Amino acid sequence: MSAALAVTDLVAGYDPGVPIVNGASLTVAAGEIVAVLGPNGAGKSTLIKAIAGVTPVQSGSVFLGEEDITRLPAHRMVRHGLAFVPQTENIFTGLSVEDNLLLAAGILKPTERAGRIAEIYRFFPDLARQRRLAAGRLSGGQRQMAAIARALIVAPRVLMLDEPSAGLSPKLVEGVFARLAEIRAHGVAIVLVEQNARAALAIADRGLILVEGRERHEGRASELWGDPRVAELYLGGVRA
Amino acid sequence: MNLQFLADGILTGAMIGLGAIGVTLTYSILRFANFAHGEFIAWGAYLALGVASASGWLVAGAAIPIGPLSFGWGLVLALLIAMPLTGLLALALDWALFARLRDKASSITVVMASFGASMALRNLLEFLFTSRPAYFSRELQIAIRLGWGVRVTADQLALVALTAILVISLNLVLSRTQIGRSMRAVSENRALARVAGVDVDHVVRVTWLIGGALACASGVMIGLVVQIRPFMGFDMLLPLFAAAILGGIGSIPGALMGGLVVGIAEALSAATVGAEWRAAAAFVLLIGILLIRPAGLFGARE
Repeated sequence: MSAALAVTDLVAGYDPGVPIVNGASLTVAAGEIVAVLGPNGAGKSTLIKAIAGVTPVQSGSVFLGEEDITRLPAHRMVRHGLAFVPQTENIFTGLSVEDNLLLAAGILKPTERAGRIAEIYRFFPDLARQRRLAAGRLSGGQRQMAAIARALIVAPRVLMLDEPSAGLSPKLVEGVFARLAEIRAHGVAIVLVEQNARAALAIADRGLILVEGRERHEGRASELWGDPRVAELYLGGVRA
Repeated sequence: MNLQFLADGILTGAMIGLGAIGVTLTYSILRFANFAHGEFIAWGAYLALGVASASGWLVAGAAIPIGPLSFGWGLVLALLIAMPLTGLLALALDWALFARLRDKASSITVVMASFGASMALRNLLEFLFTSRPAYFSRELQIAIRLGWGVRVTADQLALVALTAILVISLNLVLSRTQIGRSMRAVSENRALARVAGVDVDHVVRVTWLIGGALACASGVMIGLVVQIRPFMGFDMLLPLFAAAILGGIGSIPGALMGGLVVGIAEALSAATVGAEWRAAAAFVLLIGILLIRPAGLFGARE
């Protein structure tokens, strides 16, 4: 079975002479969560931004199933089934919750939009109750849910999230990650970039430790969590 | 004191407001102050004049006034044709100039380029049509009494109605359609819009088309109630920017409301302290409102 997402030897960054991602590789299967961890400045966010077409790719390849999507513009990535939730400013605060979803549903056929939004509301009932509210008035946890809902509207094959736990209380992080586990159960491949290694590895199937723009350690989440070298060197002792 | 200034101010405000909507749209989507916008007003008026004249030559009766109005269906047809043509002119200017600077040059470079484009477009109009004023119609109109000392012509009422139709239509497009949501999204966060699947280049093209079309409508209104001159758009530039800033740059209702405030302030000062003070009065009001609300009437704080 081919991977839902296969990234090979990716080199990316804003300045061609100074790559931030320096030969990283990554594969994610359908229905699998892969956590991308590492110290600050390791290139975790740049890696998924490059995959999503936001940061320029200098070399390497990105395949979505059998399709080569390397260097496609960001707005066309979504049409191929790759959705990305940035860390900050990940919803349109001036638009209502419903308009955020309708905007993202724009790439679907007009006849499919209402049905898909109804499905999303069933999955996120809180958002259904707040559909008319300006998204900027949602609480932190609700905003994160709205951002994930916006990304899910197009029924992506791969969902990539940049630090979805940032700025949320532990209880809200638990709620967001529980939702991610449910999304995985629907067969979506998930790439999760996180500083919160404990929470990420708790739901991830596999983990990847990125250092200086390329993977240094890779393995099953439970193995990585138990590896003292990984915890000491790259996770900053977060097991405590 | 009679309320004639209010009627005059609303009409002037409608003309300024339609132009200011284009300025505010361009600013919010493309992030630069387009000083060539006034030329779209002038070019829109001349394009409409060209089409109206052609329809008058080609079809007998096209110039015969409709009911109490001073113009015939030829001008209505001309407006419908000139609006998309002016939109295409704006699009062509973007293709020839602004798109080549976008994302590469600083915003002040793009603003200065718009100054250059403004001069080039204005001088081209003067070269083609000379600076002698032209008119859509030379029919005399009898003003209608509305009470409280207010008298308006049928043309003025029709133009205020046209403004209302255009603004309501634009509002519906922005709030109910996919392209409208995309425009609001790009205005708020261009990078996120791309990630959400919005084709930003398409949104930019539609913005130029809408801005140009509304500028044309504004130009036809000025041409109908005042006159058509190559400098007509340039003369409107300061009121346009005053209205856009007063309403809160980026806000469509704000641009219209800003236009009405500027128009009414100008008309009130002309009726009270003298016509030579009208521009000064509008700007004193602008400064006063911005001191109280720095983001403008409808603007969001950064």
